[in-house]
This record gives sequence, structure tokens and C-alpha cells, in this order.
Amino acid sequence: MSNSRPHKISGKTGDWEIVIGLEVHAQVSSKLKLFSNGSASFGSNENENLDFLDIGLPGTLPTINSYVIDQAIKSGLALNAKVNNFSIFDRKNYFYPDLPLGYQISQYKDPIVSDGYIDIDINESETKKIRIERLHLEQDAGKSIHDQSPEDSFIDFNRAGVALMEIVSHPDLSDWEEAGDYVAKLRNILRFANTCDGNMQEGSLRCDANVSVRKPNEALGTRCEIKNLNSIKNLMKAIEFEAKRQVKLLENGDTIDQETRLFDVNSGKTRTMRSKEEAHDYRYFPDPDLLPLILKKDRINKIFKTLPELPSQLKERLKSQYNLGTYDARVISAELETAKYFEDLSEGRDAKQAANWIITNLFGKLNELNKSIKDSPISSKKLGDLLDFVNSGTLSNKIAKDVFEEMFKSSKEAKDIIEEKGLKQISNEDDIEELVDKIISENETQVKQFKDGNNKVLGWFVGQIMKLTKGQANPSIVNKIIIKKLNN
Amino acid sequence: MNDIIKLTLVETVDLIKTKQVSVKEIIETYIKRLQETEKFNMLSEKNYAEALNLADKADSKKTEDFRPLEGIPIAVKDIFCTKGNKTTASSKMLNNFVAPYESTVTRNLKEAGSIVLCKTNMDEFAMGSASDTCFQGEVINPWTDDFSKPLTPGGSSGGSAAVIAASGACFSLGTDTGGSIRQPASFCGNVGLKPTYGRCSRFGIIAFASSLDQAGPITKTVEDAAYALTHMASWDKNDSTSVNVPLPNLLKNIKEGVRGLKVGIPKEYIIDEMSDEIQKLLQTGSTWLKEQGAEILEISLPNTKVALPCYYIIAPAEASANLARYDGVKFGFRADGPFRDLNDMYCKTRGEGFGKEVKRRLLIGTYVLSSGYYDAYYIHAQKVRRKIVEDFNDAFKIVDVILSPTAPSDAFVLGEKKEDPINMYLNDVFTVPSSLAGLPAISVPAGLSNNNKPLGLQLISSKFTEDTLLKTAYALEKAASFSFTPSLDK
Repeated sequence: MSNSRPHKISGKTGDWEIVIGLEVHAQVSSKLKLFSNGSASFGSNENENLDFLDIGLPGTLPTINSYVIDQAIKSGLALNAKVNNFSIFDRKNYFYPDLPLGYQISQYKDPIVSDGYIDIDINESETKKIRIERLHLEQDAGKSIHDQSPEDSFIDFNRAGVALMEIVSHPDLSDWEEAGDYVAKLRNILRFANTCDGNMQEGSLRCDANVSVRKPNEALGTRCEIKNLNSIKNLMKAIEFEAKRQVKLLENGDTIDQETRLFDVNSGKTRTMRSKEEAHDYRYFPDPDLLPLILKKDRINKIFKTLPELPSQLKERLKSQYNLGTYDARVISAELETAKYFEDLSEGRDAKQAANWIITNLFGKLNELNKSIKDSPISSKKLGDLLDFVNSGTLSNKIAKDVFEEMFKSSKEAKDIIEEKGLKQISNEDDIEELVDKIISENETQVKQFKDGNNKVLGWFVGQIMKLTKGQANPSIVNKIIIKKLNN
Repeated sequence: MNDIIKLTLVETVDLIKTKQVSVKEIIETYIKRLQETEKFNMLSEKNYAEALNLADKADSKKTEDFRPLEGIPIAVKDIFCTKGNKTTASSKMLNNFVAPYESTVTRNLKEAGSIVLCKTNMDEFAMGSASDTCFQGEVINPWTDDFSKPLTPGGSSGGSAAVIAASGACFSLGTDTGGSIRQPASFCGNVGLKPTYGRCSRFGIIAFASSLDQAGPITKTVEDAAYALTHMASWDKNDSTSVNVPLPNLLKNIKEGVRGLKVGIPKEYIIDEMSDEIQKLLQTGSTWLKEQGAEILEISLPNTKVALPCYYIIAPAEASANLARYDGVKFGFRADGPFRDLNDMYCKTRGEGFGKEVKRRLLIGTYVLSSGYYDAYYIHAQKVRRKIVEDFNDAFKIVDVILSPTAPSDAFVLGEKKEDPINMYLNDVFTVPSSLAGLPAISVPAGLSNNNKPLGLQLISSKFTEDTLLKTAYALEKAASFSFTPSLDK
């Protein structure tokens, strides 16, 4: 396989292109569900967050929670999309025990949002536009629980009725890395807009991937849909596996069956969930319990004005306001928490230094432990204190890194570690002069070498001082004094 | 005080207000009446103990604290969820269902002081025109003379209409999807009012076809209907389809007459299935209104012919989704296991829990929504529905009210049409178009058939003009002076 992007699958018969479209289900950040007064919070006891509608009691009716609509509008605007002033809620009919009404209220022909896009970075300088076909609102289902008893299944309806945004991309994605970047970017935008917390572990964001392969310049191949991918890593693995599976089949003269597949995390393989023949006929029709959703321009404009800074805007601002390079700006703007951390840290400090410390040191340690900046044991305040010690000359960069390691381990303040270990930099010129005098008087050979024009020996002298001070002497002062003394 | 049950709602309100009779005595009298008339199988649930309790409470109040319906005994179709009673929709599927909430309409009525005496039998999930699909057996029309050939009270609100015919409550509640208040009112000699779609909240009413279902009162008189609706209707945040249009004062001008009013008779409503006596009744009705100063005009509602097929696509389509929740998982009936798998549980539960007519309509509804048929049936029916709405809009540019028969016949013998659903569906031919258009309509008793059974005339008006509708109905009622009641001693 070549390393050039987008990745292609190289088979016996040559290279194959991959065509990917993604459906992302993003849970709307909202206290209440889409159509009921049930709580949408995560982590409650089973069946605790229920309104009568959430278990489909007869006579109960859905009514729109307008906050959720505002959130969908905001998301649409953040995705550069058109917010439709007319949309319809439809019933999507199928039987499943965790679907309390026997249908899901969703949007079919007339979604609330259509025609958006996001740009993903494909390298240092280039971006690629990924078109978003639509964003529509729908209800989540409950959760079936099969592992509590050998005979019985149970259902937790807490999630039933929680508002989801289904965000459907065009098949503009060409490999698994683009797919991963797209989801990361989309997640980031929604988190900036504060319309979805993006928590993939808790299921607030899940993906279905439509994958097909084709020879360059040929017509689209038959696609398979991989359902319920709950992490970006799994999404990427599943797409790569699926594309390779399809190429293998096609090169063996087989055909691809259009079907729905599941990704098995343990084996890293996808397998058939249901074939096209078993596909549901959802019998969509407009929900007669709900009137068409009419959105006035005023409402959309008002929400547009509340739209916070989005990742792309932040990236540009980081470049202009803080003079960060493209790479730094991209990394810092990739997560809401990182950006916040950076802005706190660079407040009154050198921005470039702040970015370096975050990207090199902090991310280095966090990545080692597979942690995100949210879980960082060192707050921006604590790291700021450490940088202040460096900038005031109290700590050398090298020692500061040791202190940082210690802070990361123990969550202690820099000040306490420095005191405990006596790590303060020696910057007092008198103290350093005393030591320099001692070294010069004890090493006449090296002094002679210096006087003979061997400048390299200067480093040797510095090394000796550092040895004596266990690295705590301020190197620039040491340098200055040594040069002064040797030239005398 | 056997005269108590002969009083109208408005008269009873006065009687209570003046404390001439205690509420307790009224409630006891009605309970006695209901006990005497059990052979008609009108009731699904009796609420006597609570009713007596509430009567005592009402009697302990000062008259100035009386609410508009203080102490008024009502009968409620078993499709309205009422806290503390079973609400079954006359289906095995919900035979033990007790709702933990109150429907908005019954809440409004209870808050106005009325006392629920009983819940009434109906066609299962309101699907039927004869009240012969109830899980607890057929309802019998109190107008029945020969018990070997019991008559239908009509349907689906047959129990509620029969109770009023039997003087078992001051008024009763029905729901009307395609004629389910008006046709039974016609068969039982009552006034049946279906308000504008959205007038009464559907919250807490077990859904049949959401875009059509509407609650309304069944009463002895037109004035009673106005009084009852005044206390039923409300704009309700729990029902997105309820409307925020203030209800006109229905009683203020109800007696002002119809002079100058334009009344249309649609030529398409003169159909083959209609008997001579119904034709004659319509003629008589128009004469009555004309004599009181109304102008009678022939109008055209060109799409009337396709209203019935349109209704029998849309209503089952919506029902097929509305009834999908009855799956044996969360509440209601579940068949006895063991089951092979989930599908087996669904099939047995829904197979045993629903009656034949409900299953027929669920199958029709599922079929018309299926891919490949959706455009030909459901979408087509929606287009037809819009045409029907336009027909009425055009008509109401010319006339204020439309007059027609309520049903094509008088009450027929139970079981007569049971095996012939198409014939049964024809019962709705005059009531369905106004349902599809969401218009207010009323059936007023207008005479007796050759068999000495009640016949009703229907009036339809434009949206939100219940005042005009009731005013015209009042004039019709006055002219008809229908004072017949069934003899119950057979």
C-alpha cells in the first residue's frame, strides 16, 4: 500500500478507491427529551427518567421541546448549513421491544437542516470540503439488557425519547483517516457550539458508515452499512477492514451484497447483521400528532447571533492573535478543552512557549497514558506557575521538565516540589563566581587550553559548575562569569 | 323524584344550584337508573362509590362555591383515560389498564364539578359503527322493541349514546373519528356534537386516528351540547394539535334564530343507499329552517364520493402506527408463553389481544403505508383529503351551514352488517367528509322512521363556528320538537 493520501486498497488487479458516507448520531445536549418531560441525563438508575410518553402509554402525546429545536438550529448553523423554515416529523414504523411507541419519531423528507459542510485538514496546508446532506432530529430508543438472566430480557427506557441529531454526510470521504478526521472535526464543532457533549463512551455520539469500493473513474460500487461504531478508532478500523473485504470479494469474482453489518471490536472484523431482504419497510408517514415545524427567520437569526466561536474561527484567531504557526494552531484548536487550557496558560505569558509546553510536554505525557487534557493532573494554573519559575530564572528549562514530570505524577504544585527537592536555580552571581574561581584555580591545564584559543573547553567549565550545583546554576550567568574570569 | 332523570343538563344545573334537590339524590337516582338498564350492556366500568362520595362533598358546599357543572353526573366513553378507573377502549388488549393520568377533557369536566358515574362500552379502539366489536359484548340500543332482534346503538360511541337514550346520565362523552358521535346520536335519538378538530384536547384519549379523533358531548338537547362543550374545550399544551382559538360564547345567541342564514344542501349527499324516509326527512329539515327564515341553497361538494375510501385509507394508516405500542412488552395484555422468539410473542399477543375489526384495519393501514403502495394509497388519499377541504371551503363561501342526513338509515339489527364491512362502512358516508375536513358538525334528532326509531339530521359549519352550528341546530330542534324516548320496560 502506498503512503500517499487518500489511502487506496491495492489488490491483485490494481488500486481500489474507497467511497465512504457517514451517518453520525449526536445526542442533543438538553435537560429534557425531544417530545416529553423525561430527563435526558445519563447514568441514572434504570427506568428512572421516564415520562408517560417514554413508555408509550395510550393517550399520551408528543409535544416539541423548543430548546432541542434551538440546539438543532445552532448545530445546523455551526455546520454551515441551511436551516429549513419548514420541516416535518415523521413516524418510522418498526417493532422492537425497546421502541416504546412501535415507531420512532424522526424526520424523513423534510429535515430541519440541510446542505452543510465541514472542512477537514488533509495535510499541513490543504483542507477538503466534506458536504453534509442533512441534519434531522429523531428520538433515541431504549436499551435492551440481555445479560441479567438466562430466561428474561430487560429494557431500560431512560434513553427512549432522548433527542438525537442524525447528521448525514455525502459520500465525500475517501479513506478511513478522512472518516476519522471528519468525525473528530464534527464532534469538535458540536462541542464548541455546546449542542452535543460528544462523549462517545456514553454513547452521545455514534456512527454508521456506508462503505463501498471502486476502480478509479468507475461507477460507485455496492455499499455496505456498518452500524453503531462507538469510537473513532473503531470507525477507522471497521472501514479499513470492510474496504479490504470488499476488494477481496470483487477480485475473486464475487459480488457485494448490499447489507447492514456490525463491527466486532475483538476480532476487528465486520459481519452481517441483516441482508437487504431482511431490511425493514419503515412505512414513514408524517406524524399526525405533531404539526409541521415552522421556523421564523427571526428565531434563526437570533440563534445565529449566539453562536460561539467555532474551531475554524478559533484556529484563525490563534494564528493572528497569538502568532501561532498553522500546526500549533490546529492542534490547540482541535479540542475545546485544549483551546481553553492554552488561552488560560498564555494569559500574560509567551504564547509560543505556552503552545510548546502543551503540545510537546503535556500531550506527550497524556498520550502515553491515553488520557485527554480534561483528565490532566496539571491544571493550566499549575503549569503557568511552573512557566513563571522558568521565565523568572528560578528554574532552568531542563529542571523545569523534571519538575513537570513530578507534578504530573503527584499533582503537586511546582513551588512545593522545588522547595522539597531544593531545585531552585542558583542565579546569585557572587555564589557562582566563588565556584568559578575554585574550578579555574584547580584546573590550570584547561585554562591554558582556553588561552591558546580552544573555545570548546568553555563547555567543559560550564559542565563542571553544573556538576557542582547539581544542574541548578543558571546556565547563562555561569557562561557569562566563566568567560569574564577566563579572559581576565 | 323519578322526574330528575327526565331533566336536561341545563335544567339539572339549575336544580342543583338552587339546592332544591341534593346532589346525592340526583346521583342515587341516576345510579338506580343505570342498575335498571344493565341489560343494554352500556357500561364498561361503574364508578358509583366515588360518585356518591363526590356527591356528599358537593352537598357540603355553599351554593356560591358551586362550579358550572357541580354535581352533574356524566358517562364517559371508555377511551378517555380517567385516573382511578380502568380505561380499556373496549379491548382485551387493555382489559386491565389503569392510566396514571387524567385526560384533559375529563379533567376539565371534573374541575367544573361534574361527577363521572361510569365508563361506557364502545367499538374496540373506536373502530366500528355498531358497537358490536366491544370485548365485553355488544351494546344494545334502548330503542330495541324485540330482544330477539336487538338493535345497534350505532358506534363507536354506542355506549355513551345508549346511556343518554336510557336517561342514565345528564350527558355523556364520545369521540368522533368518522362519525362516531353523530351516527350513534342519530340511532339513539340524542344530540351528538363533534367540535372543530383541535377544540378539545386529545391528551389522554386513546388514539385511533390522530388527525381525525375529536371529543364531543352526547346530550338530550342542543343547548345541553353547547353547555357541555363550553366546559370540555381547551387549548392544551399537551396536545400540539389543539388550537388556540377562543371558543365563542355558545349559549349567548343560541336562541336567536336562523333568519337570513344560508343553509346549503349538497346534491352529492343524495345517494342511492339512502332510503325514501331519509330523503323525506332531509326535505322536512330544510323546510323547517326555511320556515324560520333561512335561505336554502343547493350546493356541490364534488369530491364527496371519494371521501369514504379516502377515510378508510387515512384512518387505518394512522391507526396502524397508533396501535403499534400494544406489543405485550410494557403494559396491557400479553399472551401466555412460552414463546419461540420475540416475533412469536408479538404475533400471539396482538393476534389474541385485538379483535377482528381492529386487525382488519391494522392490516389495511399497514398495507397502504407499505413501500410500493404508499403513493397509490396514502399519498393519493392525502391529496383527496385536500380536495375535500377545498370543497367545503368553496361551499362556505356561499353558505353558513350545511344540512344533510346523519346516517343513511335508522338503527339496524345488531349483527346484520357484521360480516359485510363495506356495507358497515357506508354508515359513515355523511359524517366522514366533515371529519376529514376537521369541521364542527352536529346530529339533531329530527323524527322517527317507519319502524318508530329515531332519525337524525346533521349540520356542518366552517371551522371554529360552533356558535353558528348550534344556533342552527337549536332552530332545527325546536321545529322537530322531538320528544320521544324509548320505553325501557320491555
